[in-house]
Amino acid sequence: MKYIEEFQNPELARRLLDDIHTTATRPWALMEVCGGQTHSIIRHGIDQLLPEQVELIHGPGCPVCVTPLEVIDKALEIASRPGVIFCSFGDMLRVPGSGRDLFQVKSEGADVRVVYSPLDALRIAQQNPDRDVVFFGIGFETTAPPNAMTVYQARKLKIRNFSMLVSHVLVPPAIEAIMTSPDCRVQAFLAAGHVCSVMGISEYPPLADRFKVPIVVTGFEPLDILEGVRRAVRQLERGEHTVENAYPRAVRPEGNPAAQTMLQDVFEVTDRAWRGIGVIPHSGWKLSDRYRDYDAEHRFAVGAITTQEPAACRSGEVLQGLLKPHQCEAFGTTCTPRNPLGATMVSSEGACAAYYLYRRLGTPTSSTTAPRETTPVA
Amino acid sequence: MCLAVPGRVMEIEERDGTRMATVDFGGVVKDVCLEYLPDLAVGDYAIVHVGFALQRLDEESAKRTLALFENLGLLEEEFGDPWQQAAGAPQEAHK
Ligand code: SF4
Repeated sequence: MKYIEEFQNPELARRLLDDIHTTATRPWALMEVCGGQTHSIIRHGIDQLLPEQVELIHGPGCPVCVTPLEVIDKALEIASRPGVIFCSFGDMLRVPGSGRDLFQVKSEGADVRVVYSPLDALRIAQQNPDRDVVFFGIGFETTAPPNAMTVYQARKLKIRNFSMLVSHVLVPPAIEAIMTSPDCRVQAFLAAGHVCSVMGISEYPPLADRFKVPIVVTGFEPLDILEGVRRAVRQLERGEHTVENAYPRAVRPEGNPAAQTMLQDVFEVTDRAWRGIGVIPHSGWKLSDRYRDYDAEHRFAVGAITTQEPAACRSGEVLQGLLKPHQCEAFGTTCTPRNPLGATMVSSEGACAAYYLYRRLGTPTSSTTAPRETTPVA
Repeated sequence: MCLAVPGRVMEIEERDGTRMATVDFGGVVKDVCLEYLPDLAVGDYAIVHVGFALQRLDEESAKRTLALFENLGLLEEEFGDPWQQAAGAPQEAHK
């Protein structure tokens, strides 16, 4: 497939790796923000091919992982109500709430459906006028425009039996929270390419300035990630801290203006609790007042919910890059993708699941000062 | 779920006043909403996420990026600091 294979070319990966090995003279800690990138890094073994000095810290950018427990519990409660058809992306099914998950709620008789696109949920609402159709609208800035368009269409087409449970999260405030945390070890960021495809890159120069961190907008294929790392390391070695776009084929500086206009109409900024991390000010979007009638939280007055997180789960530390998944005692023993204790073990974008899936059970090998002969990149 | 993948526009039509397309993802074909990229034409590539085209893929930039990778190391040898190279900076031999 065009735009994929060329960016997995092992020969070019070798060149990028050589360059990184030549450039890196000191230890550096880089954070990839996006869970899609974490998945790609572990899957292609990129972390093991990098020089010892270059450490990748996995960031909080898996929307499934950071959706607050309280919102999951609300989703479970709404999904259990008679007459409701609850629609969700597939990877939310096994995310543990305080007691159960959507999968269990479905097996107990609730009508839970997996959709590919939020527009599919809207279609289900049109086909079932006597049912209440609720879509679970989560995700980062990449998923927000599709969800926004769906709510906009629902209002335009006057589809009154449709509503959305919204819990969107935003990348720049998360970067700010990570950088201001006292335990922060991050020296550079690989920013999430597809978030920038939508939002552009204007939010990042102030962060790079304020925290003196290089921020490199990075794509998802192996070559993209290596290029992101290469540019970040080059800046670090030179003592620079600017914003670079290493993913220009999909990211224009201004982003997608049509999507941004829609986002401004449908959503407004709110404080958001990130699962495992806590409340980050101004780090989320909720439906704006204009769309209140389509807000599931408003429509289904869900009472006070007491949430309970399993004590053994250390996903909060994993999400902040303070702990590698295999350092958690439950990892691979009481906690597996089939029986996840925390959300980071559910989605393949979650660091715990990525480590489990690709058998990262021990510490990464430390014999990578020179690039190895074979590369699993292709 | 954050996955957004490149796809090629095959056909475009209006549905319920919404611009929709069928998009080919290397064999898998899906319906995709084009409202955020109304100028997208048949044959164009775009980044698609949960049924929405979010950004056009730019052929020129893709080529430039790949060319940059091809030339990595070569440019350093050509224009790098010869003093530093002579002093034995850990340069690896490049083909
Ligand atoms: S391995 Fe399981 S219990 Fe441990 S941090 Fe990850 S999700 Fe939580």
